[in-house]
Amino acid sequence: MILVEVVKKLNDFDMDIKLTIKEGSIVALTGESGSGKSTLLRIIAGLEDAKGVIKVGKTFWLNETKKTPPQKRDIGFVFQNYALFDNMSVEKNLLYIKNDKALAKKLLEMVELTKQKDRLPHQLSGGQKQRVALARAFMRRPSIALLDEPLSALDQKMREKLQNDIVKMHKEFDTTIIFVSHDPSEIYKISDEVIVLKEGRVDKKGLPKEILLKTSGSQKLSFEGEILDLKKVDVIYVAIISIGQQIVEVVISEEKAKQIKIGQKVTISTKAFSPVVGLN
Amino acid sequence: MGELDFTPFYLSFKLAAFATVILFVICLPLSWYFANSNSRYKPIFEALSALPIVLPPSVLGFYILYALSYNSPIGAFFDKYFGLKLVFDFPGLVVASCLYSFPFMFQPLQNGFESLDKSMIEASYIGGKSKLETLLKVALPNIKPSLITAIVITFAHTVGEFGVVLMVGGSIPGKTKVASVAIYEMVENMDYKSAHIYSAILLSISFLVLLFVYLVNRKYKKAKS
Repeated sequence: MILVEVVKKLNDFDMDIKLTIKEGSIVALTGESGSGKSTLLRIIAGLEDAKGVIKVGKTFWLNETKKTPPQKRDIGFVFQNYALFDNMSVEKNLLYIKNDKALAKKLLEMVELTKQKDRLPHQLSGGQKQRVALARAFMRRPSIALLDEPLSALDQKMREKLQNDIVKMHKEFDTTIIFVSHDPSEIYKISDEVIVLKEGRVDKKGLPKEILLKTSGSQKLSFEGEILDLKKVDVIYVAIISIGQQIVEVVISEEKAKQIKIGQKVTISTKAFSPVVGLN
Repeated sequence: MGELDFTPFYLSFKLAAFATVILFVICLPLSWYFANSNSRYKPIFEALSALPIVLPPSVLGFYILYALSYNSPIGAFFDKYFGLKLVFDFPGLVVASCLYSFPFMFQPLQNGFESLDKSMIEASYIGGKSKLETLLKVALPNIKPSLITAIVITFAHTVGEFGVVLMVGGSIPGKTKVASVAIYEMVENMDYKSAHIYSAILLSISFLVLLFVYLVNRKYKKAKS
């Protein structure tokens, strides 16, 4: 069991986190920007100071009397901006962490970068850089891997590839993975548990299905979207709403049309009929 | 032409080489420490270290002369325990040059370290690497242009120094008479021909040194983009 009970004074609020994480699980950390997700990861890594207790298994990384430096915490970290060593080739980035050629070779095979092993970071695409960063994080066979929005800068196809890579790494090394993400489908796909942070506190914690499904009561289907435009067509009102990567038109009542504004966040749901899923 | 003495040039380069090596060893850990420090005393140290840029060389020279003279505690200490006479001798010139050229080594290194991506350094710590290993294997190789600028400019600046050297070292041939001081004397003695040759040599060297720095930086920027 991993126990994290930390407090830290931040600019806008005081962080006060109490949570336990099952070892060997994949945990998604989500919540609005500025809710303290990255700070929490950095505290667990030992890159930022905080007061409290961090206990991994039977070992204390932080308590009243000691603070284990990042060098001695058994972790891997994937930074949002890759943070590769620019002066080293792909392979050397891995070998610098641990001079284990067989493991480096295996990890590069897992992220399909064997061909690029002699390239320097500036000769790689964003997706390739992030895969190197992921492979590098596992060079120490860490007990915990912390991934700070590892996929946010990548396109959809590359995200899917990396999501698979993360799951592969997890299976191979049996590492506890804590990753920050804003993408519900990503969280649903790869995590065992979701933790939602709000202003430095744990707002919700549970199974991805419990936390992510937006339906409530008798609703059959529910989406969150943003009003892009409102039009009056003859006697009816039509709202143009963006949902994820798509745009839909929904007929709304005159009363609703008066209530909502362009740019507002709304929930779109149906109750009366069963939705039909068609194949693309 | 035949009897032109190049000893002052030799002295200038010897002095510059000593000062550059000593300053590199001192400034490397200092600039690394200050680049990563948030101490409230940092501005005080930064201001102190930049003083040689704004102070007239005569002011700096006067204080160094005062501090290193045989009557001062520092001068007496070196004389007694190491047999070193610091003023009006080469070792004194090295000490004075290190103080005078300090910011030219310190500032480019500090700027280089500060411009590094912090997470790259953190990634090395998380990989289990000590601060020293991170400095030598990650930080230093990634600030090559700053490193080259610091070393080359410190060297060139020491070769070009005049006021401090004159005050602390005087003009003893073969000991403290460096090229810049020699030119001053030549002009005083109205030996314009030698002054022309010496000056032209210093001018060319300085230009070539600066050209080298800018070419290296350009190449590095191109390689990165």
